[in-house]
Amino acid sequence: MALVEDTLAGRMMALMPSGVDHCSMRHMVESSEHITVRNGVIEPLHTSVDGGVLVTVWAGGGHGYAATSDLSDAGLRAAIDQATVWAHRTAGVGAVERPPAAPLSGEFHSPVARAWDSMSLADRVELVRFNESRLQTDDRIVDTHASLAWRRIESVFVTSDGGIVHQSQDHLMPDLRVVAYADGLTQVRSFGGFELGQGGFEVLDRFGYHDAAPRLAAEAIELLSAPNCPTETTELVLAPDQMALQIHESIGHPLELDRILGDERNFAGTSFVTADMFGTFQYGSELLNVTFDPTVDGQLASYEFDDEGTPAQRQHLIKDGILVRPLGGALSQQRAGMEGVANSRSSAWNRAPIDRMANLNVEPGTSTFAELIGGIERGVYLETNISWSIDDSRNKFQFSCERGTMIENGELTTVVRNPSYRGISSTFWRSLSGVGDPSTFQVMGVGNCGKGEPSQVIWVGHASPPCRFSNVEVFGAES
Amino acid sequence: MTDTRSYIDDLSTHATSLLTGDEVLLASFGGETSDFVRFTGGKVRQAGSVQQLSVDLDLSAGARHATASLGLSGQADADRAAIATSIASMREQRAVVPDDPYFMYATEVASSEHTNTGTSPAGDDIIDTVRSEAGNDDFVGIWAAGRQFSAFANSLGQRNWFDSTTFNLDWSLYLRADKATKQGYAGFDWDDSVFATKIAAQRQQLEALRREPISLTPGDYRTYLTPVAVKELTDMLSWGGFSLRAHKSMDAPLLKMVTDGLTFSPEMTIRENTAGGVAPNFQGQGFLRPDAVSLITDGRFDGHLVSPRSAKEFDVATNGASSWEAPASIEMAPGTIASDGTMAALGTGLYVGNLWYLNFSDRANCRTTGMTRFATFWVEDGEIVAPVNALRFDDSAFGLFGDRLAGLTDTAEVLLDPLSYGARSTESARLPGALINDMRFTL
Repeated sequence: MALVEDTLAGRMMALMPSGVDHCSMRHMVESSEHITVRNGVIEPLHTSVDGGVLVTVWAGGGHGYAATSDLSDAGLRAAIDQATVWAHRTAGVGAVERPPAAPLSGEFHSPVARAWDSMSLADRVELVRFNESRLQTDDRIVDTHASLAWRRIESVFVTSDGGIVHQSQDHLMPDLRVVAYADGLTQVRSFGGFELGQGGFEVLDRFGYHDAAPRLAAEAIELLSAPNCPTETTELVLAPDQMALQIHESIGHPLELDRILGDERNFAGTSFVTADMFGTFQYGSELLNVTFDPTVDGQLASYEFDDEGTPAQRQHLIKDGILVRPLGGALSQQRAGMEGVANSRSSAWNRAPIDRMANLNVEPGTSTFAELIGGIERGVYLETNISWSIDDSRNKFQFSCERGTMIENGELTTVVRNPSYRGISSTFWRSLSGVGDPSTFQVMGVGNCGKGEPSQVIWVGHASPPCRFSNVEVFGAES
Repeated sequence: MTDTRSYIDDLSTHATSLLTGDEVLLASFGGETSDFVRFTGGKVRQAGSVQQLSVDLDLSAGARHATASLGLSGQADADRAAIATSIASMREQRAVVPDDPYFMYATEVASSEHTNTGTSPAGDDIIDTVRSEAGNDDFVGIWAAGRQFSAFANSLGQRNWFDSTTFNLDWSLYLRADKATKQGYAGFDWDDSVFATKIAAQRQQLEALRREPISLTPGDYRTYLTPVAVKELTDMLSWGGFSLRAHKSMDAPLLKMVTDGLTFSPEMTIRENTAGGVAPNFQGQGFLRPDAVSLITDGRFDGHLVSPRSAKEFDVATNGASSWEAPASIEMAPGTIASDGTMAALGTGLYVGNLWYLNFSDRANCRTTGMTRFATFWVEDGEIVAPVNALRFDDSAFGLFGDRLAGLTDTAEVLLDPLSYGARSTESARLPGALINDMRFTL
């Protein structure tokens, strides 16, 4: 943590401006290392370090920010002056008039059992090279890719009312991808799009990384000769690595309070959810329980405080199918007059915080996996998202997966390729007819959630058991 | 950091002085001094400035190399120390990897410079201008403006410099719920009258949006796509469609144009027009991009974008593509439909202002799904009948740009990318509108 030193926090405190209503400064540093092997060739190792300070000033009813990578006293003073100018410019014309409530002080650090540097660089490279080589099992496999990335995000947040928050997150992000091709047909299997989390090498064990490569290769080959997914309205069971995407797009985004307030309408979109729905709207069947839970050990977006210094707590957003609380941080709560959660987050040092998902989870139910499948006369089980699209109100969606398996008379039978399904959020979740029990629950995440103006891409957590939905339109591809 | 170019040059020279033996250093710098003002409901939601500078380094000795990205402070002592530390780390990393058989960088020194300094309103002015023009309308969007620069330097003495001051206002006027009209105004020199004209045009569309919306049943509809909507489709083509590496991996959406001889309409010509864009014409390994690269000519696949790495891997010449091998300045040749007569050309069908959230539903067949968004209307006999509620399409580009392409407009519109992931984008597109027979809508 050499780059986030108490000396900087002290200097930021000492430089707090007088004559303004409120000031906060957030120093954020992101460090990472990437190891990539493709088709047996080790690509150049890559490391990165980037950091800076975002100063936010409230004055006269306006507020403004300035982000700078110049951490000298002169650089910080210049940023404070610039943010103050913006605050005065926006006074009287701003959508928000008061700063977030005075924060507590505290800290958070990812629990790490087996740290990134507990293994030598040579061994880390060999780990990736070995797993990439295990993807190459057949002449029909035409492209293989393996990578492993580590990232540490450190921040210190100080405010003019004395709050100080230190936090650091360690992320481990594996990736495996295999492309099989024969007779004009291409099929892909992958691992890592959702199998990532906080921690060290124990993250790999959590997701079965060490057994994944041979399985992916075999499944890609299997898909080459699999029949196309049939077109029918049927029972659908989604694996956790598709549930993560389903939760993200059709629960997470529509519940973001800044979307409901209209801030994202020019870019990411609005929401079919309106403020008057909270407390009464039947979002899903009574089996649906969704939490905002920043307390899950090892989940990608666990933290103690959001980027405005608000303490984070576990909260139900949907309880027994009823919509109860939005994903809105302190400023959105102030504007909407609603209670929310601590989800005001920045993607980097140079972006101001906005309402984001953090850990957004479907809570486990009571069905074993066998029970979920067992009651289905005919249906399909889908794994691993490969394509996602949803309208700007977050209602009409269409998602595709890498692999499907038919369910017939309560058993998994034929593997099918190119499976897709479509639906409408507000009715889809009401068709939820089964939720896996804690033994089926998987803690996953998404590393590339895009939103905001200026644009921000951030990491979020999603945990879920497999879930069953009734009367869903599924279909395959042309090829 | 009063003179950024000199600062970067000095830093590059200092970095070169740290090399030993046969080491070669490649350095790609990027930076910006940008203002951002975010509007919602005609008010300012967030406003501020970002000053940043970074460098991507590649340190090699023979074919062994390692890479690093560093955020820089603009303070010479701190930045020199950070680069020295990074070079030392890359030496250690290089020692644990074998030769990279696909490593390639420009060995012929080809320096260049490009400066285009525009003028745009300051923060106070843009807030006043927007609020004045928007009046009581529900204005939501983003103002991004300021200086962006890119530089390449290597230890062989090559220096490339790109310096551009631009603005990009990207906004919508909302009527209610999801009924809105979107516009963009970007360039080098701001003109109040152009902004006022665009707002006035939007108000006309808002009037049409006041009519009772209709919901169309799924089916095939004759459809006009504005240039902005066409861009959503070309963005999908650009996602691996022109990449040599994606083609060799048998995972490119336009693969069947090469393997099976599929074609687009003969009216379809697409190229990467670097000379006509606003992006730097150099890349991270020091290669200069040609003014243009033909990608689709008269409907036939005509060429890939080839990064230096792919060039070495597949033993072909590079055309200076980035590692993503995606266009940064895509251009589609215009057609013959009068741009001011698109409603008449459409006759009866769908007028689609924007498409949204596209993704492949069948990548091998370049089949794409996505939504209509913003000003989308049902038109009969060339006249707007009613706004249309959001529709999902699911259709193949081989049909949309193939035998069902009824024509392209006679003017290609310049569209500067408003996105700012990490930093403000320098990508652009130059595209006509497209008239399509029987576009397939599914939900």
